[in-house]
Amino acid sequence: MPLYTLNINGEKMQADVAEDTPLLWVLRDHFRLTGTKYGCGIGQCGACTVHLNGNAVRSCLMPVSSVQTGAITTIEGLSENGDHPVQQAWEEVDVPQCGYCQAGQIMTAAALLKRNAKPSVNEVVNTMNANICRCGAYHRIREAVIVASKKI
Amino acid sequence: MSTGYKASRRNFLKISSLTGGGLILGFSWLESEAEVTAIINTSNFAGNLQFNNYLSIGTDGIVTIMSPNPELGQNIMTSFPMIVAEELDADWTKVKAVQAPLDTKAFDRQLTGGSGAVPHSWKRLRQAGAAARQMLIDAAAKKMNVMNNEFTTENGFVIHKSGTRFSYGELAEEASKLPVPTDVKLKEVKDFKLIGTRVKNVENRKIVTGKAGFGLDFYRDGMVFATIQRPPAFGSKIKSVDDTAAKAMPGVTEVVRFGNNVAVVGKSTWEIFKAKKVLKIEYEHDSKLESTADHQAIFTEMMSSDKPQVKRKDGNVDAAFASAAKVIRNEYQCPFIAHSPMEPMNFFAHVREDGIELVGPLQLPASSRAAVSKLLNVPEEKITVDITRLGGGFGRRLKSDYVLEAAELSSIIKKPVKLIWSREDDMMGGSYRPAVRYRFEAALDASGNLIGYKLRGVGINVGNAVREDNFPSGAVENLLIESVDYQSPITTGAWRAPITNFLAFAEQSFIDEVAKAAGKDPFTFRNELLEKAKTSPVGAVKYNPNRFQAVMNEVKKRSQWGEKKGVHQGFSVYFSHASYVAQVAEVAMEAGKPVVKKVIAACDCGVVINKSGAEQQVKGGIVDGYGHAMFGKLSFKDGVPQESNFNNYRLVRMKEIPEVETWFVENEIDPTGLGEPALPPTGGAVANAIFKATGTRMKNQPFIEEPLFNKPPVKSSVKPSGKPA
Ligand code: FES
Ligand code: FES
Repeated sequence: MPLYTLNINGEKMQADVAEDTPLLWVLRDHFRLTGTKYGCGIGQCGACTVHLNGNAVRSCLMPVSSVQTGAITTIEGLSENGDHPVQQAWEEVDVPQCGYCQAGQIMTAAALLKRNAKPSVNEVVNTMNANICRCGAYHRIREAVIVASKKI
Repeated sequence: MSTGYKASRRNFLKISSLTGGGLILGFSWLESEAEVTAIINTSNFAGNLQFNNYLSIGTDGIVTIMSPNPELGQNIMTSFPMIVAEELDADWTKVKAVQAPLDTKAFDRQLTGGSGAVPHSWKRLRQAGAAARQMLIDAAAKKMNVMNNEFTTENGFVIHKSGTRFSYGELAEEASKLPVPTDVKLKEVKDFKLIGTRVKNVENRKIVTGKAGFGLDFYRDGMVFATIQRPPAFGSKIKSVDDTAAKAMPGVTEVVRFGNNVAVVGKSTWEIFKAKKVLKIEYEHDSKLESTADHQAIFTEMMSSDKPQVKRKDGNVDAAFASAAKVIRNEYQCPFIAHSPMEPMNFFAHVREDGIELVGPLQLPASSRAAVSKLLNVPEEKITVDITRLGGGFGRRLKSDYVLEAAELSSIIKKPVKLIWSREDDMMGGSYRPAVRYRFEAALDASGNLIGYKLRGVGINVGNAVREDNFPSGAVENLLIESVDYQSPITTGAWRAPITNFLAFAEQSFIDEVAKAAGKDPFTFRNELLEKAKTSPVGAVKYNPNRFQAVMNEVKKRSQWGEKKGVHQGFSVYFSHASYVAQVAEVAMEAGKPVVKKVIAACDCGVVINKSGAEQQVKGGIVDGYGHAMFGKLSFKDGVPQESNFNNYRLVRMKEIPEVETWFVENEIDPTGLGEPALPPTGGAVANAIFKATGTRMKNQPFIEEPLFNKPPVKSSVKPSGKPA
């Protein structure tokens, strides 16, 4: 099997895996970065969202071979002390219920705010619509993204 | 009111024996001699002094409170410690909540389901906090050599009337050596400082940094990964297995057949998922393979069955219907739905020679342990169970099927194994909310009074399809409630707010119809019935009409019922899982289609413990109730579920949610749960609002399949907001 050298949260990490292995499972099984979640495996729920060069991508659909030298950021690497404005806002608004979807929600929101620091509520809803929260914490997710945008 | 509750030794022992052998929460030391030192086991809390099974206080003042019940998003890891901390007068910033492993000796009712945790543990938790507080005071009294009634406590300090203050940390060691008080006084509700405030989820930090540790996140060096191919059709079994190709796939260590399962075991999740796809298995059916169309016929047949289970019978319905001025009759139906917790089923098991280790997300850890003990014939004392955080449950994790699979597989391959269900496995693997049909009939007299009421509930693997003592039972002179069940190979289970998640929709829609037929406002109509339940009850009344009316009045006021322009309002109210919730849904017409804009909810769950958590439960419950009423459906063809993942099984998303306003009726009644009660009323409120807006009654879930939602779009006739559409 090919050996892949990936750039994860600013560190070089190596995995000896089949080329079609989704980045999600490389992160989880091989690097034990378990903050990135498996929800559907088909790009529908967003639980597996990570950043590739700053853009939100679905790691369940991204074969490890396509990552190349791209900079991957996972929830563990979003901020050094867990204090990214989005993370702060999530705590402030007390968003999580079961919490399982939240890493993906946070990564989606952080990527949105990176490209558009002051999104309208509509823009927030249109972007966050891609992520499912089975617990239905949507009201607070929406609010927290707006709160975060004010911190940036 | 729950003040001055006496925690006498005899009282505890009595309660203990009632709960079937388990010792009372937080007070297991009461069984031993009262003078015994209260430090039981400090191994989990290096440097901490354990006061009882609930809490330990470190010399640094950190209060560690054990959270015995599984956490799945109902926020119990926050609300339970809040209750203890309230009576302890702890400094909340120094409180640490820790998930306890399964320990039936230390805790009882260590489960999550039925919204029952708070009502069950309310007093026990308070006593645990109050007893420790008393011990701290006693330690201070001893130190100063004065009477213990000269002290107060506040925010982590014991304060003498002279002004001398001791932190809990400095008293901890001394206090833990004192005898445990057998009579502690609990606070008055009005004196609560922490309870009733907004306290944030104690696990937020871990969750937002990706460190919360769900079942799927549990890894153990040397473990193998496993995925199971189960029969795709309910009612089928394995005829033959060809695993040659699967075994040859990279990373696969073994392929094991047990029962009707074929497990692919290997070194990583992706490798076993891939290998599973090349298994060649032939199946044969051992019973009829059912399709959704068959279920329709089965429902119809059960509706005319002459052997229903009679669940409640008051008066003489035949006579009432014969003399009625008006008879209303309608049927409502819902399909199977999956639980779809965001974290699919998974479990870790390690069956060793000397015992078994189980780790994973469980709602009912004790019964999972008992099931594994029975299956593998290993005594329960040799089985440890660690409960991880649950990525949702919704009732699915009350079952032990995935635990048994992992344990059996580990016992066969003699390795620590982590079993992972794919989303498809999770959705197609059974244990659904049962499909149900209800038929309601109402008899009105000439002045629009409800003189007769009949309900027949029929379902597929539903057990009892009705809740015979729910409203309006007790308020109608002549009443008949029946249930019919059909045994199917399709497995079913408890789904958040079992039965009432759909029954409430059907009942509240029907009552709306009857009120209309009686020419009465839906509030007035229900109020008349509730008055009757109060003044001349018929048979047993198992709800509190006053509490019903209180939430109705609250929601009426908050929604400005009947006064708003531009929206169509629908009302519903329901009592389930010991809490009362009334809701008004508001619908506006947009592009010729009804759009649910807002839901206003008024709840009575007694004393609200955590305002933030409570609001979240209500909002989440409403989004869930709305989402599944609108979109939820799992159908079958020849025994095989036709929906397999979120591309064809629609879950509600952010764009579709209505705004939600949450109100709580304030009282001093002992608290009841909120994980479920806000869900049942939503479908009915929404359906009644849709009826107001369009004249069309939603009779079947999911609503989205009603022709109303599938008309070709017309040009929007919506005027600017605030004006009637
Ligand atoms: S797991 Fe990747 S989108 Fe659902
Ligand atoms: S918080 Fe549970 S799925 Fe979003």
